[in-house]
Amino acid sequence: MLDQQGDVRSCYAEVQNWVERTGIAGLNRRLEEAEAIFRRIGITFAVYGEGGDPERLIPFDLLPRIFTAQEWRTLDRGIRQRARALNAFLHDVYHRGEIVKAGVMPGDIIYQNSAYKPEMADFTPPGKVYSHIVGIDIVRTGPASFEVLEDNCRTPSGVSYMLENREIMTRMFPELFSQGLVQPVDDYPAELLKSLKEVAPPACKGDPVVVVLTPGSLNSAYYEHSFLADLMGVELVEPADLFVDENRVWMKTTSGPKAVDVIYRRIDDDYIDPLAFRPDSLLGVPGIFNVYRNGGVTLCSAPGAGIADDKAVYVYVPEMIRFYLGEEPILSNIKTWQCSKPDECAYVLENLHELVAKEVHGSGGYGMLIGPKATKEEVAAYAERIRANPSEFIAQPTLDLSTVPTLGPASIVQRHADFRPYCLVGRELRLVPGGLTRVALTEGSLVVNSSQGGGVKDTWVMQD
Amino acid sequence: MLSRTAENLYWMARYIERAESTARLLTMGQRMAILPGAHHRDEWRSVIRATGAEGSFPAEGHVKETDVVSFLLLDLDNPSSIRSCLARARANGKSARTMLTQDMWEALNEGWRKLDSYDVAEARQQLPALIDWVKTRAMTFRGAADSGQLRNEGHDFLRLGGVLERAQMTLRLLDVKYYVLLPETEVIGGTRDHYQWTSVLHALSGSRAYHHVYGGTYTPWQITDFLMLNRLFPRSVAFCYDQMSYRLNRLAGWHDDRAACHDTTQTMVSDLESLDSGEIFRRGLHETVQNGLAMTNRLGFEIAEAYHFG
Repeated sequence: MLDQQGDVRSCYAEVQNWVERTGIAGLNRRLEEAEAIFRRIGITFAVYGEGGDPERLIPFDLLPRIFTAQEWRTLDRGIRQRARALNAFLHDVYHRGEIVKAGVMPGDIIYQNSAYKPEMADFTPPGKVYSHIVGIDIVRTGPASFEVLEDNCRTPSGVSYMLENREIMTRMFPELFSQGLVQPVDDYPAELLKSLKEVAPPACKGDPVVVVLTPGSLNSAYYEHSFLADLMGVELVEPADLFVDENRVWMKTTSGPKAVDVIYRRIDDDYIDPLAFRPDSLLGVPGIFNVYRNGGVTLCSAPGAGIADDKAVYVYVPEMIRFYLGEEPILSNIKTWQCSKPDECAYVLENLHELVAKEVHGSGGYGMLIGPKATKEEVAAYAERIRANPSEFIAQPTLDLSTVPTLGPASIVQRHADFRPYCLVGRELRLVPGGLTRVALTEGSLVVNSSQGGGVKDTWVMQD
Repeated sequence: MLSRTAENLYWMARYIERAESTARLLTMGQRMAILPGAHHRDEWRSVIRATGAEGSFPAEGHVKETDVVSFLLLDLDNPSSIRSCLARARANGKSARTMLTQDMWEALNEGWRKLDSYDVAEARQQLPALIDWVKTRAMTFRGAADSGQLRNEGHDFLRLGGVLERAQMTLRLLDVKYYVLLPETEVIGGTRDHYQWTSVLHALSGSRAYHHVYGGTYTPWQITDFLMLNRLFPRSVAFCYDQMSYRLNRLAGWHDDRAACHDTTQTMVSDLESLDSGEIFRRGLHETVQNGLAMTNRLGFEIAEAYHFG
């Protein structure tokens, strides 16, 4: 059941024994039980614009994805390094823009970008933190090499699956955990709360009041919003629960208004305040951005943090690490061609059938082309789109991604997977040993997004 | 706590209670409709009236069981149908997810789409089983709340919604059937009335309880006393009023503040305390019941105002 991954082999040995003891049919029966538990608990997600069951289950795979303690040490250092650099970059682009002045990065991909929020210029959020939860999508490209696919600096989702997948696995297979070989992840909510409290605004006196702000129960990630609020023991608010008065944000409670200090918001920048951003937004809290700038409340993440995870900016993250931290990147980027550069664009158009092309501002696996899987007509149509608007596209090689063992109906099969750890940024950095492993359940597929038929599995970081 | 969350909890409990009450009414309708002369009395229409949803039901003509089952069990356009109530209870629960225990959520979430797959013919065929299923859902939910939920204000809002809805259901049932109790129109004790009243008591899960309190006889005074004034029977109006008052007083304690709703509930309790069934008949059963419905409605508005709902 293993490929080339040297010492991971011994970690999988225990799992392998367990698979043999249980048998494939037995595992598939247990999978049905697990799915029944997921549905009863209500862990579902909605996919926008696809019709069908609005509360479908994300497919769950029973076989854990395993990292050795040694591998994790490298990942841990690399992830923290990247989170620091991304926050330093955000502070820089909203202040002096040294990285542009030094000629390390072109200014137009920043300042002409819709993710850049000029309203944030010259403002420093508490602790200089812009992105409080940095989710970094990582793939293994060889026995000892990991590369970063993309960064998520706004409000990366999926951490509830990390916690629930572990919960289900421990509930169903206690014998696998009884030896204490797997590092726990369940203090994530406590660590998140600590990080959020550390960035309380100047106006906060005493113990900071933290809330989670959700667009509402119809949002695809609503389960996660309520789950996190629940585990942190804080209120889950909707925009209509909040209002602004006297440079503070208040929530409407049964005993009158109560001041809010830190808002972990799961609403996009554009919708958070109709006075500051999109005036047609029906979702937001009018005036909240002004209170934020005046130190009456902290928004996590900061509006405009998305400029750091833009796909055109991504290319420069290794340079950022050198520029701001004076360190060599521990995790490298995937080779990326920027269509905004004429020679790279020419290469992309010539080799599109072998590449993965993406929209610069796209997310969730939408609007991408996987060259080797596409028809001639699809490739040609996509090439037209690139020619029409080259700066909107990047391309990457179709990676020789490593695969992980996954439970199929009749046997263990190999499927491509990626991995998203969640680095917490407050006054200090925090990282629980684990993350979300997403797996492409279709044979040969490279797309792991839950909206495109991907599934999830538990991720184990082993003890030494 | 967030006003919206309080509102969600309050309405969640109301919808659950309403779903269960409606299920009980369907049972009552089935029992009554098989009595001699049922056609003439249009029993199914009185069932519709007892749900308080008569306004959205066709006014004309004789009502058939098929129409009622469709309207009260499956119709999503009827906001009081069981299917609507279960969906709304769940939507409210989802919005107040952080205030529910896992068991409460599971009780709401389990099989919430079950009724989607039924057409009227199937539903009629399996009506007793479906009614049992609805009652079980409601009881599981209440049990989960009872045994697991923190006794904070959220629990008080939940219980408050439940007892308010329950008081209204008992009042509406009395409103629809009060004429059977009027001593001057008919002598109670005839087979038909006897059966009607056992059906009503049965719908309220009160037939055994009634006998424990009053022995084997049915009189208009005793039945009125039981459903209106008995402080031990959990579906009587007096019991529900007591509970409403208890919950509202606890809420006043949490917030160290009283509002109009607290005065209203006190008035409702003491007014009822001053009555006996003889007095109710002197004043008019119909008028007393109508007054109760008006007061509970008013209380609902005052609660929403006091705690900043929507």
